[in-house]
Amino acid sequence: MTTAHITPPPSPSVGASAAGEIFYPHKHLLGIEGLYPHELTGLLDLADTYVEQNRRTNKKKSLLKGLTMINLFFENSTRTRTSFELAAKRLGADVINMQADSSSVKKGETLLDTAITLNAMHPDILVVRHADSGAVKLLSEKVSGAVINAGDGQHEHPTQALLDALTIRRRKGRIDGLRVAICGDILHSRVARSNIHLLNTMGARVRLVAPPTLLPNSIDHLGCEVFHDMREGLKDCDIVMMLRLQLERMESSYLPSVREYFHFYGLDYDKLSVAKPDALIMHPGPMNRGVEIDSLVADDINRSAIQEQVEMGVAVRMACLDALTRATRNAEADQ
Amino acid sequence: MTSHVFVNVRLLDPASGLDAMGGLVVEDGKIVAAGANIRAGDAPEGATVIDGDGHCLAPGLIDSRVFVGEPGAEHKETLASASQSAAAGGVTTIITMPSTKPAIDGVSLVEYMARRRSDDVLVNVVPMAAATKRLEGKEMTEIGLLTNAGAVAFTDGRTAVADASVMMKILKYGRMFDALLVQHPEEPTLSKGVMNAGELSTRLGLSGSTPLAELLMIERDIRLAEATGGRLHFAHVTAAGSLAAVRAAKARGIRITCGVTPPHFALNELVVGDYRTFAKISPPLRAEDDRLAVIEGLKDGTIDVIASGHDPQDAESKRLPFAQAAFGAVGLETLLPVSMELYHNGYLSLLEVIDRLTRRPAELFKLPGGRLAVGAPADLVLFDPDLAIRIDADRFRSKSKNTPFDEQPAQGKVMLTMVGGRVVYSAQA
Repeated sequence: MTTAHITPPPSPSVGASAAGEIFYPHKHLLGIEGLYPHELTGLLDLADTYVEQNRRTNKKKSLLKGLTMINLFFENSTRTRTSFELAAKRLGADVINMQADSSSVKKGETLLDTAITLNAMHPDILVVRHADSGAVKLLSEKVSGAVINAGDGQHEHPTQALLDALTIRRRKGRIDGLRVAICGDILHSRVARSNIHLLNTMGARVRLVAPPTLLPNSIDHLGCEVFHDMREGLKDCDIVMMLRLQLERMESSYLPSVREYFHFYGLDYDKLSVAKPDALIMHPGPMNRGVEIDSLVADDINRSAIQEQVEMGVAVRMACLDALTRATRNAEADQ
Repeated sequence: MTSHVFVNVRLLDPASGLDAMGGLVVEDGKIVAAGANIRAGDAPEGATVIDGDGHCLAPGLIDSRVFVGEPGAEHKETLASASQSAAAGGVTTIITMPSTKPAIDGVSLVEYMARRRSDDVLVNVVPMAAATKRLEGKEMTEIGLLTNAGAVAFTDGRTAVADASVMMKILKYGRMFDALLVQHPEEPTLSKGVMNAGELSTRLGLSGSTPLAELLMIERDIRLAEATGGRLHFAHVTAAGSLAAVRAAKARGIRITCGVTPPHFALNELVVGDYRTFAKISPPLRAEDDRLAVIEGLKDGTIDVIASGHDPQDAESKRLPFAQAAFGAVGLETLLPVSMELYHNGYLSLLEVIDRLTRRPAELFKLPGGRLAVGAPADLVLFDPDLAIRIDADRFRSKSKNTPFDEQPAQGKVMLTMVGGRVVYSAQA
């Protein structure tokens, strides 16, 4: 397990970001795996500044004025797409939303053909969601603008992990040393993978709690402790991160029934009682109430950070857009 | 009468154990003499003398697993382009898979394939027929009539005969004709993944196929072969556990054999790297422990034959997200140089490597080639086992270029290929 302690750079203000400090040297944001702690910290520090900006009456900046962002979603999503759209608009970018139907056409042709077509329109940022792992990376090789992975198959969802980290850091003051339980359908979850990488990199201790049928092969090699019993897994945890369970998993024989799943893995006050008294409850949404989480717990304003995660999402995406366009903006400013 | 005389060559004949400098005389498409005492002066009048420059002269390679696009997917490969690719790789006989469109499951289709040899098809084409009609795994094909028409074995190609009852009937019925059933040993419900199941598949978020799928099918089929006495060949065995099962069954005298393709002894799953679709093959590239077990299987004879598994896919089938990309890699032109790794790394002798590529497949599929004996067809390959090369997919004769070995260094180069006494490839040309 990675427990690197690298001193983060001083927190840049929004003004400093406009001045063009480069702390994130990559062209794209395709995943959390492989990023350094100081790069993640830099993004989180920058996001912190945007949280404050978003709480003001005047939320809008002109940092990305003249830049174009395309939201290219091959999979349905309202929350993530809206969050990115809002983030871009608050920074003054022009935003186009494209919902590509990935089921009625030959998917691969659409992906690369669309990439090439869109590239000809010179977008500065492409935000891409796709049902296949690796598809966003493939696309990123064909375009000249910055690409942000908004979720690819069962691989990664980096901005979700960043917004989760920001939520945790603001509530707990740190990530290092915290005990975090990620519970539910780990097998199919890109959110879980990105969070495992991020939390490990930032020094948290990650536990996974799921039935064996919903755990991928060798997941413990990623630096996690695996539990099949919720009570054992949640014991003394600082953070309880629930995952959405897709109901078709019942038909695919991953699980016998919703009733049985909720009984053993649904988060309720009884199971939560073994976690730390101030344990924070998180969920990437949308929630299946009564399946993976009890409504009372989900709506407990003292324990649940679910709404705060949504708020942090916009700030984190603003930070990512800011960081990824700095090189471009600096180059233009130099001309 | 056309004749050729090879002189100054290192003769390699696994069937007789011959490994010596000498020469070889070809007349009318057959070997008429071979030995240490043959020199240029022994050439009949009008014979073409080929000075081998000390290189190895061996029986032409017999490749027992070649997918061709014809009929149905000629844009990926035709028999003509496959044969050119084979000739460049030192392969003189390709045993074709029935996985075409339509599938080779009837007498007329087998006859079409068997008679396809013509001016533009440079090497011997020997067809396998489907084991079940339309490759659906439900109804047995006409094994007797198809055998008479020229089918050398029966297989459902890329898919396993999954229904145990159908499999048992094929093995039982096929005994009447001593038919060979070639199985793709993967239990289909456990092998729906797109790469090997393990840590890497988890990191990449790709669905994995467990090696257990191979073991289950192999253990089941061993029992069926034992119960029926049928002849069974596993097209490829790629995992440590299943190799152990094959080894144990062979020791019990059950009539089974197995093969492997070069990617499975030369590469492991890490080649998939960052979603590299050219490394997407079926069965998938396995973990390093499995790769080492495959090498052990080759060393101790558990694995009988090395086949290329040539499976041409056009760029459009591979330039896709990993999960959507087609399985398969071309292999005819890399078969010899990659197999030479086994020799250069000290795992097998040169004769043993050639044995897995010539005599063993010839015996298994009852073909006349695979040896340097007098009277045998003059299907020959002249090669330099030591010459360092860099594999260059752009230069492949195959219509498709999908290989996980592109740009890899290797040692071993085909200098000349002869089929039936006719030179069909020369590196100098």
